[in-house]
Amino acid sequence: MIEVEHLTKNYGPRAAVKDLSFHIHKGEVVGFLGPNGAGKSTTMNILSCILPATQGQARVCGFDTFEQSLEIRKVIGYLPETPPLYQDMLVGKFLEFAAGLRHVPRKNIPAAVDRVLQQCGLTEVRHRIIGRLSKGFQQRVGLAQAMIHDPQILILDEPTIGLDPIQIIEIRKLIQELGESHTILLSSHILPEVTQICQRVIIINEGEIVAMDSLDGLNASMRNARRLELKVRQPKDDIQSRLEGLDKVQSVQSRGRDLFIIESEPEARLQDAVARLALDQEWGIEELKPLALSLEDIFLKLTTEEKEVKEAQI
Amino acid sequence: MKSVYWIAKREMGSFFSSPIIYIVTTVFLVLYSFLFFAILSEFSNISMQVAPQAAQIQQSGGSLNANEMIVVPALANMSVILLFIIPLVTMRSFAEERKNKTFSLLLSSPVHLREIVAGKFLSCLGIIAFMMLLSSYSVAFVVALGEPELGPIVSGYVGLLLMAGCYIAMGVLASSVTDNQIVAAALGFGMALLMWVLSVPAQKADTGVGIILKYISLGSHLESFLKGVIDSADLAYYLSFMAFMLFLTYRVLDSRRWR
Repeated sequence: MIEVEHLTKNYGPRAAVKDLSFHIHKGEVVGFLGPNGAGKSTTMNILSCILPATQGQARVCGFDTFEQSLEIRKVIGYLPETPPLYQDMLVGKFLEFAAGLRHVPRKNIPAAVDRVLQQCGLTEVRHRIIGRLSKGFQQRVGLAQAMIHDPQILILDEPTIGLDPIQIIEIRKLIQELGESHTILLSSHILPEVTQICQRVIIINEGEIVAMDSLDGLNASMRNARRLELKVRQPKDDIQSRLEGLDKVQSVQSRGRDLFIIESEPEARLQDAVARLALDQEWGIEELKPLALSLEDIFLKLTTEEKEVKEAQI
Repeated sequence: MKSVYWIAKREMGSFFSSPIIYIVTTVFLVLYSFLFFAILSEFSNISMQVAPQAAQIQQSGGSLNANEMIVVPALANMSVILLFIIPLVTMRSFAEERKNKTFSLLLSSPVHLREIVAGKFLSCLGIIAFMMLLSSYSVAFVVALGEPELGPIVSGYVGLLLMAGCYIAMGVLASSVTDNQIVAAALGFGMALLMWVLSVPAQKADTGVGIILKYISLGSHLESFLKGVIDSADLAYYLSFMAFMLFLTYRVLDSRRWR
């Protein structure tokens, strides 16, 4: 449904997104996780055809975001980080307007408005002015406008930001329900949120993908496997087989002749054994470093923010 | 085209739910009415003065012309008031959308950029047409009490609306380059005033440059409309001026996406 290939976006000299590539399949609910300023909103803006990419290609439903943007805009529903709400309009009138913009046939508009009002729990505020609503209700109106034309793909940028805990739970539940019949890409800087709603996670930091895996896979690599990266000066043909021969090693991948990724059993602490082997065989250690840790660092960054929220709630 | 309708409709609704439009309309009507009644009292003064010779004048086939002495100056005055009023109407078109971050709704909807520009332009034109309609009570007054020719009145209004369209197109362009409504109003007003005063230096010089300046000036093309002549050259000038300004607006909005 969504194919992103080598996407780069520069704001002047600064690159907001660097060489991003990922695919999202039909019916998936994918979380886009990353700290503030990681490039999540930029990527979503490109996918929603609001911004053109500097380099690379993004395709939605087989349409190019640059060449065939009108086709894409018919099939996506987009909730930007700041919900695009006309503060002076009534909720119902605003949703009618959004439906008209999205080419919902005139005779279907009342039904579509009723449906999203119901889904987003907005029926009681239908005749109120948007500007007078609380942040939570405004966020829900934002979500409602993205769903009004029943799009195949929903792109939601931080859908729960600024909501109180009860509202967060409600919105998460709504997104879960929507996920049963829609393809959803949602961004967040809160790890537990993504783990609750999404089947797959793309972690992005400083414009680059740091990890991309299903939740189970990610958890496994986070908790269990320890990964070491070994770079040698004198590459030899038997390095891989000898490393695989070490105790507690699960797998060894080679990246070129001189770089190896060693995956070990949990808590194995293989550094010593690998170093000893390398010295014995005179490979010449150029670099030996644990890999999973950097991923953990990012998670730590992300999870600490959620902790702050939790503390604030208490 | 449907999108143009939805955008224009929302825009109109938004105009009437904000206080700005009521204040602007009131200011417009008060200024216009003041000037209109000044003209009217001047006309009645002259009528009184020439009353003793009325029979003589009528015999020689002449009469006081209500068109030339009331309607034309009143509409000319209105064109000047519109110059001040229109930037206040157009300033919010794009500046407000950007400031409130609502523009992303339009950009992520299956709507072409030119439809957005057209919707904004038509809604402003609708508002100005509404204001002009309110002001037409004055003409009704003249028609009720005198015997003006209706043709020049209609063509005068058509010309004014076209001229207003040009001011609006400039105002919409001004609004597209900035996020700040005050800046948009100042810029729109500056452009409109410049296009209007362009013919002032040209009046003294009938040389090549003078003729060109007079031709470019927005005001000079209104004269024939006020006289009751709809000249295709003037019509083409106004329409192409609007089209060009709206095209520039489109280009500005398109290029801003790249930054």
